[in-house]
Amino acid sequence: MEKYSFLREFADSWMLLALFAFFIGVIAWVFRPGSSTTYADTADIPFRHAEKPANPEETRT
Amino acid sequence: MSNTLKLIALGLITLVAMMGINFARDLAYMVHAIIIMLVAGGMFIYTLRKTGEPVPATPSNEYFDSVVRAGVIATSFWGVVGFLVGVVIALQLAFPALNFEVLQGYGNFGRLRPLHTSAVIFAFGGNALICTSFYVVQRTSAARLWGGNLAWFVFWGYQLFIVLAATGYLLGATQSKEYAEPEWMVDLWLTIVWVAYLAVFLGTIIKRKEPHIYVANWFYLSFIITVAMLHVVNNLAIPVSFWGSRSVSAFTGVQDAMTQWWYGHNAVGFFLTAGFLGMMYYFVPKQAGRPVYSYKLSIIHFWALIFIYIWAGPHHLHYTALPDWASTLGMVFSIVLWMPSWGGMINGLMTLSGAWDKLRTDPVIRMMVISIGFYGMSTFEGPMMSIRAVNSLSHYTDWTIGHVHSGALGWNGMITFGCLYFLVPALWKRDRLYSLSMVSWHFWLATIGIVLYAASMWVTGILEGLMWREVDANGFLVNSFADTVAAKFPMYVVRALGGVMYLTGALIMVYNLWMTVRGVPAKEQNLATAVPAE
Repeated sequence: MEKYSFLREFADSWMLLALFAFFIGVIAWVFRPGSSTTYADTADIPFRHAEKPANPEETRT
Repeated sequence: MSNTLKLIALGLITLVAMMGINFARDLAYMVHAIIIMLVAGGMFIYTLRKTGEPVPATPSNEYFDSVVRAGVIATSFWGVVGFLVGVVIALQLAFPALNFEVLQGYGNFGRLRPLHTSAVIFAFGGNALICTSFYVVQRTSAARLWGGNLAWFVFWGYQLFIVLAATGYLLGATQSKEYAEPEWMVDLWLTIVWVAYLAVFLGTIIKRKEPHIYVANWFYLSFIITVAMLHVVNNLAIPVSFWGSRSVSAFTGVQDAMTQWWYGHNAVGFFLTAGFLGMMYYFVPKQAGRPVYSYKLSIIHFWALIFIYIWAGPHHLHYTALPDWASTLGMVFSIVLWMPSWGGMINGLMTLSGAWDKLRTDPVIRMMVISIGFYGMSTFEGPMMSIRAVNSLSHYTDWTIGHVHSGALGWNGMITFGCLYFLVPALWKRDRLYSLSMVSWHFWLATIGIVLYAASMWVTGILEGLMWREVDANGFLVNSFADTVAAKFPMYVVRALGGVMYLTGALIMVYNLWMTVRGVPAKEQNLATAVPAE
């Protein structure tokens, strides 16, 4: 029971805080300056390499 | 060398399977042992004949599409099988005489129902997820699938899992956990296949040539990892005997119930939602010819969805031995879940902004759009039904079945059909589909079928719920259970009719795809040159 109470208390406090902070962090990260140009490029991925993989020599663009 | 090891392993498996046939404690185990013996024995002979032969080099400058083609065929096949069994059991409920006396114990409703649910979710949906994920991860990583023939192992291993599960249900091997009915042996096999699947998928992402991991892959990856975790935990069990299919769950009582519905709801959340959202984020932009509406929204959608879904399970256990705080937690998270679900829906729909005219000319995009519409509808209905007061009326009634089907037929089915219509011409290098008017027929048959299904289930569900709780002036219940069954008959016929229409649409699709592959010249104009009707 002691382990249960400890885990329960931990989940209700620090773990909740950590997960919530991570989530807020993700939102802040998404709206970081300059993200729009990066994401415009990322959103375009489905329209590249539809027929063939990238050449082995081709570096990650 | 590796062939020698393979031969030893296959020989041993064949031998143990033969012993299994002899020592089997129940019929299902014996049939499974026969299937395993035949498969392992066949593989042994196949491997033996290949040993010493030169191995053809695998081309690294093209995509590994043969396994995706096989997946498309398997998806169509299991889809038709699953829908057909669904129609049969819908008719059995309406006309109990269809539980034929000679088939008692094998072909009656109780045995066929898990066959239907697993066939549509795991065989149809699972194959759709595996083949589209293999297609998408290669294109968005600009790399061939990792692991060589491991992808073929995943494909055939998964088909073997389906066959073992299906025969097990008919012969009565079940651990009576919803959507997790297969017994321990089949569960262990699925775990092996699933780990191989994760390795292929993750290996391809690791060797990608694109700097970023496209959002569809995030959804697919979360689906693969979470399903692995759910499957292993929910199926923790100790076999009664190595030679029998019975096992005893590691959990008891309310813990068992909570683990089961933690699994069950996240099977919906991660198998039927996250994985299919991966399809949406690749195929809707491809078919519409424009990038996703907001990539930022897609990232927030992803993290919000996976952070919240995992908590929603307890809403299946309102008014049970589960503590109140737990079911309140599940209810609250289910309602919060409405936000990310609709965020995703808006993102998918708005991808068409500026290209709405395509809805008029392209029946494939129409199919994808209505699937997103049904996604929005069922993710609104679900949170509402998770509210305790609503649940007290809706739970145990046909309303739940209607809700599940508007999600499964509308969202999962329609988006899969859209992907198949996209994939077949792309994979078999055909200019276009055989017939677009057949796609339109499929679209309307399926849509009207779902509407009939969902509407009849709303009526019978609410009717049932109200009849069950009706009490007279002295506090006695007014209706017996049989009264509700009699009252539901017309709605059951309508439901079966909806199922027949949905099945007919799927058969039209199969014919259309078959003719596309055969390359028969179509009767109509190319889509690109079609003049929109004014």
